[in-house]
Amino acid sequence: MRKVLSMNDQLVIRGHEFKSRLILGSGKFSLEMTQSVIQHGEVEMVTLALRRANVGGQENILEYIPKGITLLPNTSGARNAEEAVRIARLAREIGCGDFIKLEVIHDSKYLLPDNYETIKATEILAREGFIVMPYMYPDLNAARALVDAGAASVMPLGAPIGSNKGLCTKDFIRILVEEIELPIIVDAGIGRPSQACEAMEMGVDAVMCNTAIATSGNIAQMARAFKQAVEAGRAAYLAGLGRILTGQAEASSPLTGFLEE
Amino acid sequence: MTGKEDHMAYLEGMEVIDSDLMEKVSVLVETYDYQQVTGADVQRALRQERLSIKDYAAILSPAATDYLEEMAAKAAAATRRHFGNSIQMFTPLYIANYCENHCVYCGFNCHNRINRGKLTLTEIEAELKAIAATGLKEILLLTGESRHQSGVKYIGEAVKCAARYFSTVGIEIYPLNSDEYAYLHACGTDFVCVYQETYNTDKYEQVHLRGPKRIYPYRFHAQERALRGGMRGVAFGALLGLDDFRKDAFAVGLHAHFLQQKYPHAEISFSTPRLRPFINNAENNSNDVHERQLLQVMLAYRLFMPFAGITISTRERAGFRDHVIGMAATKISAGVSVGVGGHTVEEKGDEQFEIADPRSVVEVHQMILGRGLQPVYTDYVRV
Repeated sequence: MRKVLSMNDQLVIRGHEFKSRLILGSGKFSLEMTQSVIQHGEVEMVTLALRRANVGGQENILEYIPKGITLLPNTSGARNAEEAVRIARLAREIGCGDFIKLEVIHDSKYLLPDNYETIKATEILAREGFIVMPYMYPDLNAARALVDAGAASVMPLGAPIGSNKGLCTKDFIRILVEEIELPIIVDAGIGRPSQACEAMEMGVDAVMCNTAIATSGNIAQMARAFKQAVEAGRAAYLAGLGRILTGQAEASSPLTGFLEE
Repeated sequence: MTGKEDHMAYLEGMEVIDSDLMEKVSVLVETYDYQQVTGADVQRALRQERLSIKDYAAILSPAATDYLEEMAAKAAAATRRHFGNSIQMFTPLYIANYCENHCVYCGFNCHNRINRGKLTLTEIEAELKAIAATGLKEILLLTGESRHQSGVKYIGEAVKCAARYFSTVGIEIYPLNSDEYAYLHACGTDFVCVYQETYNTDKYEQVHLRGPKRIYPYRFHAQERALRGGMRGVAFGALLGLDDFRKDAFAVGLHAHFLQQKYPHAEISFSTPRLRPFINNAENNSNDVHERQLLQVMLAYRLFMPFAGITISTRERAGFRDHVIGMAATKISAGVSVGVGGHTVEEKGDEQFEIADPRSVVEVHQMILGRGLQPVYTDYVRV
């Protein structure tokens, strides 16, 4: 199902419009780089881990994110719905706004999200007026439950956090793209611009990127490369992909030509 | 205790938990023969994306010392993937140095005639304030191992006070029962360090002559009891060089690995204290842990458990510390005093050991930035 597109093709999350479809994760950067990445990637939304917000202290990430950028605080560190809800409320209290990237993880090795607890937290936070953007394992049933719980978008992982492995879950994300009407944002695993482009070509609404830019040789240049890749993928999706040869033999004459009218 | 107690039998009051962790670790460590490992085994291990236990055994072997550079490159990449540029900063605060144990290698041991002391709560608060003024948000509270002089209630009060000034409070104290860990958790601490010193039970008995620390299994299961008491993270370590450091490092990794498998939410970290080799004995003791061996252990921890934190101690020289952050280590102490107190009040007790890197918080901060990394003061929100 091709989603209904807004006239000027903006990313719309619960009524908030964004020109950029590249969301920046900030947890792995040197803070002084953040501004440069935002500028070169023309990013409008930046995540920040509340646990890193050293309000009033040194190296406070909040001081490195320029005005006008939408903050997307995350609940990293939350092991269950209850902890996630408390972290989200704290984020709102310190002035991070209503957006919340919901992460509920109780596996320190693979950092895979717990869909069940995430759904529970989504329900509570949506009721409290948060714009909930849950990080999830791409499972259609869980995604539908997130929609029912009041999520503003769905953020499936492409591969485990920090793995830079790309779209390992591609076929399952494609199902979400087809079936879920909320914006689908690929959250983790994107390791190179071509993978971001591929996700966008599939009809994903936006991608989030952190490690791939933070650990590149030239951070500003890589931010620009991601921006262009995301734009190219989006343009391709909007244009409608042409025929892609599968490598299999194709019959030169119709196989059904023998049928009589 | 008279010193003749069976080091494998619990004393009265020590909680016994149902756990097969010790057996799992010891079976593998006993059969670990690192002399059999070949260069090809090491190369195979280094080609893996995720290292198996067998791979881990290979990279801790003497054969792997020829591949230190490859290990360092792979470890650096893993550290960057999992931690990005972040380096956490913290400092320890010794609040007491009374000890009831006789551990032959330790400066705090009960037979050593050193100045003993214990901070009052007022003094603790003054110390905490002074440390907080440096900008640090994470503190590790330490005591010697004396339930009588520094009881759980006393530590609990110190933790409550620390939690008012710091976002993260860890403890490095004697092992407790799970209900005691639960009490300290309620007071405001979430992270517990307990080092097994050596996993060779015979050696363990020989060097822990007296005191509750002599009971090997009670110490071994401390991390598991801490998690059952609600703690969030646990740290592991062996005193490298006390016994066969390769086997001990192997055991440390396995201990952490099996515990994390059982408690997937547990945050795991490693420390790598070592006994420094005598300078004139450098050539003839295979237990000696020089910087090269120490680095091999750190890299092996990183490659086996790429998601785990690794702390680099002020016992190591600045030049070593500066180079291992970002490559393997993810956490560094700064502005350290290892006497009892010492930040505001005059030291009330002697140091456990000498530090090799006396740099202040500002100096360490600048060093981290200078290496293209990001000093992180807080990475935890208690909810």
